[in-house]
Amino acid sequence: MERETVIHAEELTKRFGNFTAVDRISFDVDRGEVFGFLGANGAGKTTAMRMLCGLSRPTSGTGTVAGFDIARQYEKIKRNIGYMSQKFSLYEDLKVWENIRLYAGIYGMKGAEIARKTDELLERLDFAGERNTMVRKLPLGWKQKLAFSVSIFHDPAIVFLDEPTGGVDPYTRRQFWEMIYEAADRGITVFVTTHYMDEAEYCDRVSIMVDGRIDALDTPHNLKERFGARSMEEVFHALARKAERKE
Amino acid sequence: MREFGAFVKKEFYHILRDRRTMLIVLVMPVVLIVLFGFALSTEVRNVDIAILSPSPDPTVRQIADRLDASEYFTVTRWLDTPARIDEAMKSGEVQLVVAFGQHFSGGMFSPDGVQMQMIVDASDANMAQSYTSYASGIIAAFAGEMAGAGGPQGILSQVQFLYNPQMKSAYNFVPGIMGLIMMLICAMMTSISIVREKETGTMEVLLVSPVRPIYIVVSKMVPYFVLSCINLATILLLSVFVLDVPVAGSLAALWLVSLIYIIANLSLGLLISTMARQQVIALMFSGLLLMMPTMLLSGMIFPIESMPWPLRGISCLLPARWYITAVRKLMIQGLPMLFAWKETVILASMAVVLIGASLKKLNNRLE
Repeated sequence: MERETVIHAEELTKRFGNFTAVDRISFDVDRGEVFGFLGANGAGKTTAMRMLCGLSRPTSGTGTVAGFDIARQYEKIKRNIGYMSQKFSLYEDLKVWENIRLYAGIYGMKGAEIARKTDELLERLDFAGERNTMVRKLPLGWKQKLAFSVSIFHDPAIVFLDEPTGGVDPYTRRQFWEMIYEAADRGITVFVTTHYMDEAEYCDRVSIMVDGRIDALDTPHNLKERFGARSMEEVFHALARKAERKE
Repeated sequence: MREFGAFVKKEFYHILRDRRTMLIVLVMPVVLIVLFGFALSTEVRNVDIAILSPSPDPTVRQIADRLDASEYFTVTRWLDTPARIDEAMKSGEVQLVVAFGQHFSGGMFSPDGVQMQMIVDASDANMAQSYTSYASGIIAAFAGEMAGAGGPQGILSQVQFLYNPQMKSAYNFVPGIMGLIMMLICAMMTSISIVREKETGTMEVLLVSPVRPIYIVVSKMVPYFVLSCINLATILLLSVFVLDVPVAGSLAALWLVSLIYIIANLSLGLLISTMARQQVIALMFSGLLLMMPTMLLSGMIFPIESMPWPLRGISCLLPARWYITAVRKLMIQGLPMLFAWKETVILASMAVVLIGASLKKLNNRLE
């Protein structure tokens, strides 16, 4: 398969006063890839991700997301990405279908298309009976799955997942990752941050940020080999130990 | 634009589905009006008083009857010696003692005139003032009649109460309640509802989406704007039909000023929301920095003229102060819009400054 770069970062830097949150990071992510973005709290993950999503302007460096410049064309980037945050991002006091409709509407989808895809989605998730349920009443695992489905409902080029599985039980996490793979198979690039090292193993490639820099970037297999580690957990600890910056 | 409609609809869902909050918002003006109108009245009505007269005296009797007949006072005790005044006041049975000297009737015709004294419980200074002025008024009227009927000459002071001839406190508090309620709903509720989305995390998702931030916040203001208009209408209807406080001036002018005030408060709410990250903080901000000063310093309860200059200065910063003044002019005094131009201009400039500041803050935060 021909490689096609969908995220390209070059020397991307963000400074807040004297503090350099993100320090000249460079990397590429290919289409359909599941890209793990790891780092301890305060390593600069969130700031880097915010720049890629067009929420924060880089102090220096350049980057493109879905072919658009992150400093100038962020409005276009926003149309082509999906986003799911570590906090639950649906409205608890809206019904399942109202949430879907609202978010799909935001991305400019037409009514008929929304209706058709909503039916499809609820069918696929086995949610058809919950169409009119208030989201508040759903169990947490279902909520997370729904939130993910909503974030890729408009078929974005890339979906950014910020610690999507926080607080979810292992069984649901597994199911969640199956959904991630399905999305990747459909050609959606998945950019995911996580604290769970077993999840890092599921990624095609993993980058590990320490003190605002990317200290390692490779497939989980190669990383483990390079650090002589048995698991990603060990790789992460070997790198994170060097961190000078505290939370 | 269709997106915007969807957002407004969503905001209405949030409010309509939060039954408790909506109930509070819609019932609050009614409760406040009823409370201030009937329970927390500062009007003088049926206050128990005592008459001190060392000896039976026909004129004293007549005056006492006059006082008793008025709706303000009820004569509950007759005292015959000053020594018992203290006891009557301390027991709390009476709030006011009207004391007459020996041979009051005879004294009225003497060239030196005659004296009487009022002893009042001044632990509530404002009420004490009202009691004495009402009682003096009644006695002065009585003396005037005596003079007119060929009796002794006396100097009469005639007081005329303009705009509020019955001295109803409703004339004073209706504008205050309008100012307070619209501030609560627009500034407090808007800020809380925006900050709630930050707290739950949905705001982040909206910011990453292609929706323009201005749509997000404006759509949040729309339902509260509608609610404020409903409340304004409720208050006006209640005050006209329940409290008998008419809208003396132009209704259109009143609404115009109110709309400007509502917009100023909505932007204030937006400004608070850009500074606060948690609902609690937004609540503290609006409670401590808006509600308390508005209640105490806007002239709603205490007259601004009698405040020391630092407080008067602070009161100038409160939109409610200008709004309440304008409503008094337009609604109670029935003056044309022209007379409230200063308040209107100040409110409008406050609105412009607040909108500017909050939009700037909003944009900065997104950088």
